[in-house]
Amino acid sequence: MKNELIDFTLYLADNALIIGHRNSEWCGHGPVLEQDIAITNISLDLIGQARNFYQYAAQLINEENTEAKATEDTLAYLRDGWDFKNSLLTEHPNGDWAQTITRQFFFSVYQYYLYQQLQNCSNEQIAAIAIKALKEVTYHVKWSSEWMIRLGDGTEESNSRLKKAIDNLWMFTGELFDLSAYESVIYSAWNIDNDKIKNEWESKVKGILEEATLEIPVNATWHQSGGKTGTHSEHLGFLLAEMQSLQRAYPGNEW
Amino acid sequence: MNPEEIFQDKIDQEIKIEPKDWMPEKYRQTLIRQISQHAHSEIVGMLPEGNWITRAPSLRRKAILIAKVQDEAGHGLYLYSAAETLGISRDEMIEQLHSGKAKYSSIFNYPTITWADMGAIGWLVDGAAIMNQVPLCRNSYGPYARAMVRVCKEESFHQRQGFELLLHLSRGSEIQKRMCQDAINRWWWPSVMMFGPNDDASPHTAQSMKWKIKRFTNDELRQKFVDICAEQVKLLGMTLPDPDLKWNEEKQHYDFGKINWEEFWNVVSGNGPCNKQRLDARKKAWEEGAWVREAAAAYAEKRKSRQNIQAA
Repeated sequence: MKNELIDFTLYLADNALIIGHRNSEWCGHGPVLEQDIAITNISLDLIGQARNFYQYAAQLINEENTEAKATEDTLAYLRDGWDFKNSLLTEHPNGDWAQTITRQFFFSVYQYYLYQQLQNCSNEQIAAIAIKALKEVTYHVKWSSEWMIRLGDGTEESNSRLKKAIDNLWMFTGELFDLSAYESVIYSAWNIDNDKIKNEWESKVKGILEEATLEIPVNATWHQSGGKTGTHSEHLGFLLAEMQSLQRAYPGNEW
Repeated sequence: MNPEEIFQDKIDQEIKIEPKDWMPEKYRQTLIRQISQHAHSEIVGMLPEGNWITRAPSLRRKAILIAKVQDEAGHGLYLYSAAETLGISRDEMIEQLHSGKAKYSSIFNYPTITWADMGAIGWLVDGAAIMNQVPLCRNSYGPYARAMVRVCKEESFHQRQGFELLLHLSRGSEIQKRMCQDAINRWWWPSVMMFGPNDDASPHTAQSMKWKIKRFTNDELRQKFVDICAEQVKLLGMTLPDPDLKWNEEKQHYDFGKINWEEFWNVVSGNGPCNKQRLDARKKAWEEGAWVREAAAAYAEKRKSRQNIQAA
């Protein structure tokens, strides 16, 4: 159970860090100043969540192995791609604004329903982080939903870009509900209902897409997976090479 | 008293000028130029620091840097709003930036080459900016003065963070010390130039001082900056790249070396190392965002007409 708890905590942390990092790539390049600030703010929230989860994971790891000396930074900067457990959706490149919004919307809705259950779980640390994060995630869902509707029901161009984004990203949404071995152990220990999360996610996504005058892709039943167990897309390696560059180039330095 | 006399009387009495008050056209134009230039500097200034967000070496530093760049976007927003009260739209100002008609602070045309640059920008560039900006909190135009109060609070926080970053490097490994000194070497003179030309070469100063848009001359502020930095650099155990920097007992100020004004005017006129890249990046973001802004406007319009139909 201890190992599964560590893996699950890292999964939550990696998801938040990687999508937060992706969003931070927008900083200074957004389509309009107010939205530059909004996406950067979301990035900051997610990196904050990641830090909370990493700090807890480091504590668990150090309890297991007194020589480990894990910290939030060793976990973020000194693990390799195969150690990262984030879902494939979160590492997908930003693309245009429609792709970024769609990625955030799919992910935030998932995070929202997952944290809803985690806030009542028997692990006090995780529950506390979930409660704190839910305030932020509620806003992320609202912000990204509004953008989905705006783009879908905006101009012809925005509608077709959004449609394309949904088609591109849909294949990465199934993984969110595909339980890894560590999730299965944790979910049954904490009475987390995966079917409920999945149903709530589907109904929320369907509702917002309808408002955006769009539909869930039909015939798209296949989905990609692997991120949760460390088999990533080609994109993650570049992201990590950039993110970890100073820590890797100058090992042992404090920043 | 005629309108111009009433206006000057208010200024002399330290009463703020507000958007609806009568003001000389030249006062309005000077403010538009200065405030929009300041707003543009905040927005272009996001780029050199944004350059290191994805490579920040710890999660804490990453969060601090993101928050800092986000603050700059916020400053841009307040300043654009302050300028809009003078009768120019944000889109017009952005158009002027992209066409090269409006300027932004030349300091952002220098590249950020190492992580230590994040510290040097905070300490020196934000430090010089604060020196310029604190007196602006008392400038005669109300909306600008009020925007500057908020800007200054955040800037002084950034400056402390920048110094703390350098302090950390200065106490670190050999390579970190080297990074620290190298960044100071590259950012020192451009920061000294941020106060603008010498007083005898600054044609607008007298009028701006009379209108209380400006409270101190360029050289007065520059001297203050040099005096402070010459002391602070000792805490870092580093040096400023100026062999002529020396305490002058008689003047009670530091003497410092000759400024390379040729470099200054070159960068102002577009020949700095990153002038082209910075403007290209801004234009690219704006052009690629056009369809997003159009979609938002179209959706808002549809919503409004639907609400009107419901109301009718």
